[in-house]
Amino acid sequence: MSAPDPIQSHNSPQAAREAAPRPDKAGPGERQDHRKAAKQFLNSPEHAKSHDTRVWAMRQRRDATMQGLDEWEELRDLASQIKTHALTHLDEYLEQFADNAAANGVHVHWAGDAADHNRIVHEIFKDHGVKKVIKSKSMLMEECGFRHYMEGVGIDIVETDLGERIQQLDAEDPSHVVVPSVHKMRSDVAEVFSRTIGSDPDNDDAHYLAGQQRNHTRPLILDADAGMTGANFAVAETGGFVVCTNEGNADLSANVPNLHVASIGIEKIVPTLSDMGVFIRLLSRSALGSPITQYTSHFRAPKEGGEMHIVLVDNGRSKRLGEDKFWSSLKCIRCGACMNTCPVFRRSGGLSYGATYTGPLGLILDPSIDAYRYSNLPFASTLNGSCTNVCPVKINIHEQIFEWRRVLAEDDQIPWTKRKSLAAAGELLANPKAYRTAVKSAHSALKYLPDWTVYNKLNAWGQVRDFPDVPAEGTFHDWYRKNRMKNDDTPAGDKP
Amino acid sequence: MRGRNDILADIRRNRPAFAAHAPSVPYYDDDYPQDSAGLVARFIEVLEKMGGAWAEPRDSETHEATLRRTLADRLPENAVIASTVPEIAGNRRVRRHDDPHTLHDVDAAILRARFGVAETGSVCFTEKELIVNAIGYLAQHLVVLLDPAQIITNMHRAYARDDYKNARYTVFHTGPSATADIEGVLVRGAQGVRSLTIIPVG
Repeated sequence: MSAPDPIQSHNSPQAAREAAPRPDKAGPGERQDHRKAAKQFLNSPEHAKSHDTRVWAMRQRRDATMQGLDEWEELRDLASQIKTHALTHLDEYLEQFADNAAANGVHVHWAGDAADHNRIVHEIFKDHGVKKVIKSKSMLMEECGFRHYMEGVGIDIVETDLGERIQQLDAEDPSHVVVPSVHKMRSDVAEVFSRTIGSDPDNDDAHYLAGQQRNHTRPLILDADAGMTGANFAVAETGGFVVCTNEGNADLSANVPNLHVASIGIEKIVPTLSDMGVFIRLLSRSALGSPITQYTSHFRAPKEGGEMHIVLVDNGRSKRLGEDKFWSSLKCIRCGACMNTCPVFRRSGGLSYGATYTGPLGLILDPSIDAYRYSNLPFASTLNGSCTNVCPVKINIHEQIFEWRRVLAEDDQIPWTKRKSLAAAGELLANPKAYRTAVKSAHSALKYLPDWTVYNKLNAWGQVRDFPDVPAEGTFHDWYRKNRMKNDDTPAGDKP
Repeated sequence: MRGRNDILADIRRNRPAFAAHAPSVPYYDDDYPQDSAGLVARFIEVLEKMGGAWAEPRDSETHEATLRRTLADRLPENAVIASTVPEIAGNRRVRRHDDPHTLHDVDAAILRARFGVAETGSVCFTEKELIVNAIGYLAQHLVVLLDPAQIITNMHRAYARDDYKNARYTVFHTGPSATADIEGVLVRGAQGVRSLTIIPVG
């Protein structure tokens, strides 16, 4: 989507001198270390502060627009119900969509996984002698590693969304599903553009920089052999798909070249066009706080004389549909509201997740893509439930995060230190007497032991936050015994 | 490689095994103004918030004069004004078989909107109004003729219409193109048009 955000930036001059953070990303076959990467991000305090301010501003505007709609909660219920209906009938609606699209003159392809997707699109390009492609932002294509694949076969892909283009030119992953370069400051963008498209390195005015990209990209748009888009929704009833953007770049990508290829995840299906009213009313309000994106585009058939292809991509979605605790994550409409509200995301930045999907939605999507690589991610949460509360399709995100911890533990995917401490905690919590002894001694320990024993390497959280002081009244249990319990009462756990 | 049949078979095997009916969706528009003037006022309010402009014609002014007056500061001398409407001639006609690339130099394009939506300040076009779809994005500025009587309440009503259901391409434009990808600073005129002006013409 990309984001109109009416709040002007007021970053300090020292912000312009701070180097952009580069959190580590796990190499092939490695496990992403979110905690370490988050720490690297926080080593650039001006960037960290700017990031927090930006994404929290999006959350606040979401709240303001939500409060203006009496039916907001009903819309969330309806959206969730429509998605439940669509996903429990996904085979039927997907067939209906594909058949209608074919009847509309669209070429429909099916891709089982990311490799299939990339190969299919490559075949289409080969058939048409395509060498230069313009595309709008698509998380699915990120998931498929599409641009990387195309680089390998000598096809030039130009991102047209401003944030995505900044990230492409900087050879860095997007950090947010809606605003891909939200972790960067204007000075970083000035540096990237001066290095890559020849802008003035000393001019970091956002209007100037956006203008530079517009002027640089327009000839590439006119010169492209093909255009690509993703889709926010696919409507079974019409065989058409809907793309929501603000910059006008998706409509340029789709309408200027003769050939349009759209990559669509199979979970994007909604049954009817009238369902779109619910989703369009929720999407941009949840994402950015605007009533609608500047452009809401419905592609049903190729333009006269043009050619249109749709690639329907599974890539693990049909499998997830069968997972009792996780299938509802397929309802996600990628608005980013859960990210903007998440205290961990706001402070650690999207790059620290080392994954296509970042923030709370990443915690529940990424481990199903690669359980080992992303096994740390479900722990990057306070489980405060804020993500669930803002989700426009009512996914129980924080419960799924918790559930992933359990699944990963059972699959033996959790790092040793975390497993040991969790196992110890589990034994302790199951035994009230031992628990109370431990709490008391822990409190004593907090009073008298030096920091290094509490903030040891085994305790990741202790390294970035202080333990609270021991209350003067002692533990809750002490207080309860003294103030609330009659003499003949025995605490439940003390009963034989 | 798994194709259509494999993917559909996997979905059938895995889909949650409970019946969930499609809900019926209310229109949620009881509180909208009942009269045209009220709807127009609501439309203009949101349109302006989204960066669009409403240009009320002056007495005895031609539509082209309204356009030139409104865009006076934005159009160069000898501006290319491409028209798709009978009401304003402009100096270039957009024709059905024009190659989109030939429209790269258009300063202002004039389009007739199919209808408007008060909730969002949006206007609707299909390929019938656009003639060449790309004109709505390659032009530097967009001028839209909208019949005030064609302003409806909200997006539920917009999606309940079936007059565009069979269009190849349907788009809702809400103000001009915009971005805030650099430090959240709002820039109007991202990749598409830099401004969008609506002239009420019945």
